Amino acid sequence: MSEQNPSSVEIMDAFDRRDLAWFIDKLVQVLVFIGGISAIVFIIGIFIFITMEGFGFLLDTLDFREFFMSPWWEPTDEDEPSFGILALIAGTASVTGLAMLVAIPFSLGAAIYIGEFATGKKRESLKVLVELLAAIPSVVWGFIGLSIMNPLIIELFDVPVGLNVLNAGVILGLMAAPIMTSIAEDALKAVPDRYREAAEAMGATRWQVIFKVVLSAAKNGLLGAVLLGVGRGFGETMAVLMATGHAINIPGSVFDSVRALTATIAAELGETAVGSDHYQALFTIGIFLFVITFVINLTADLIVRGIRNK
Amino acid sequence: MVSQAVSAAVEQHPVKLEVSNLEISYDGQPALSNVSLEVRENEIFGIIGPANAGKTSFLKSINRMDMFNPNMNVAGDVRFNGRDVYNLRNVYALRSRIGVVFPLPVGLPLTVYENVALAPRLKGVKDKAELDVIVERCLARAALWDEVKDRLDSLGSLLSGGQQQRLTIARALSQDPELLMLDEFSIAVDPVTTMRIEDVLKDLKNEMTIILVTNLVQQARRLADRTAFFLEGECVEIGETEALFTGEVKDQRTRDYVEGRFG
Repeated sequence: MSEQNPSSVEIMDAFDRRDLAWFIDKLVQVLVFIGGISAIVFIIGIFIFITMEGFGFLLDTLDFREFFMSPWWEPTDEDEPSFGILALIAGTASVTGLAMLVAIPFSLGAAIYIGEFATGKKRESLKVLVELLAAIPSVVWGFIGLSIMNPLIIELFDVPVGLNVLNAGVILGLMAAPIMTSIAEDALKAVPDRYREAAEAMGATRWQVIFKVVLSAAKNGLLGAVLLGVGRGFGETMAVLMATGHAINIPGSVFDSVRALTATIAAELGETAVGSDHYQALFTIGIFLFVITFVINLTADLIVRGIRNK
Repeated sequence: MVSQAVSAAVEQHPVKLEVSNLEISYDGQPALSNVSLEVRENEIFGIIGPANAGKTSFLKSINRMDMFNPNMNVAGDVRFNGRDVYNLRNVYALRSRIGVVFPLPVGLPLTVYENVALAPRLKGVKDKAELDVIVERCLARAALWDEVKDRLDSLGSLLSGGQQQRLTIARALSQDPELLMLDEFSIAVDPVTTMRIEDVLKDLKNEMTIILVTNLVQQARRLADRTAFFLEGECVEIGETEALFTGEVKDQRTRDYVEGRFG
């Protein structure tokens, strides 16, 4: 065309030349590599830190059997302190489980409505609203649990205390639902329209298209949304601290007060002597939470990979 | 038809691309084996063959698109301008000299203008007037200019499928490539436009080397100086296009395929 073709010799040089674009490319590769590695370094750093704080206790004092099997968490007992977290695990698990029962139908329903049915202005305003809901600080949710849900539960169910699994589960579920909705809606939106067109062209109804085609195409993202909610439930501290009643208890019904692992650390860490058994026991709970989170994420990853390879 | 005369002349041209003992496999599954051929400057080299013959894998091995697929393994020798493409530092410099048109249109999410101006910009052309000239010329050659000249600022990805394919061709031309590789370009283009693009390719041959992968046997006959027939990962035969189509073949399978008596 307009320029003359360079001669063969010049071309042979060009294929080995380190030009500006080549250098920028290499530089960006290095920066991206550092970015990726630093995330791993930070995670390992955090793990080392919490492990070191709890490690002496973990090796010398801690009786694993007692730690996981005993429901007695009495770290400040002068004669015979006991460090059993079974009741705390039960508290966290029951609240998270109930929260997911609340959040999954709400968030999937909302995501399907926003993603598949709502159009134009309605859709845009709903998305903004959901994102606003996701930004409400957890202490506000705890406040709602304390001052609105509490008397409501006492009145409705005629129970003496309204701060219990039901209260915290509903609060946590409502709290996790917006972010789960947002992620699930992204997953639905990522399903190409030509899938919907192809399915609708075969005479499938709206619901059949959503159920058979859209949901199965988006199931990785939806599963990711649910597991993010589970992780949120395990890690949430303030709202749970305020709404559960913070009483050590293995719940027999949703009307029992419980105490969560995270809330225990938050409430007690400030009052312990650094390095004491109690202090180290709290860090051991931290290690346990870290391991749980790791296992949840790893499982999620493996499930998603399994689905992808099918 | 002048193709006979041109073919004779092509023999005089220097070798642009030399492939010897090329083997391509995916995850150990062979896709193409033992291909040796050479493509000469300013010829149109046709590759015909049914699906799964290894035609697209062949193209991918030339401009190092194997790098996008970790499962793809290439062995053998590919030389572009005499240079081993599997042994060079700046693979981007190689790719910038080879234009590729994929079977399904890929309109980048840029405006029509920016789609075509991208490659010259990457090469450092900044002058607006110069870019305008390149954009108009490339779009005109891809038989798209008349349809889009009033909407150069709308998104390329919003054009119709056939228009996007011609946009892709215009983009490949904007690279001012030495080698243009077309992979079943007419799959999403209507017959009239296909004919117009074919005429353009006949012109372009004077400026560049073209490898035309097609599953339209007659398209190869209309355009290619020489044609290779690929079948199930094997290069069955290479010959002067007219010869292949008039029955001067070494392999019965080639005759069956070009006469449409296959499978």
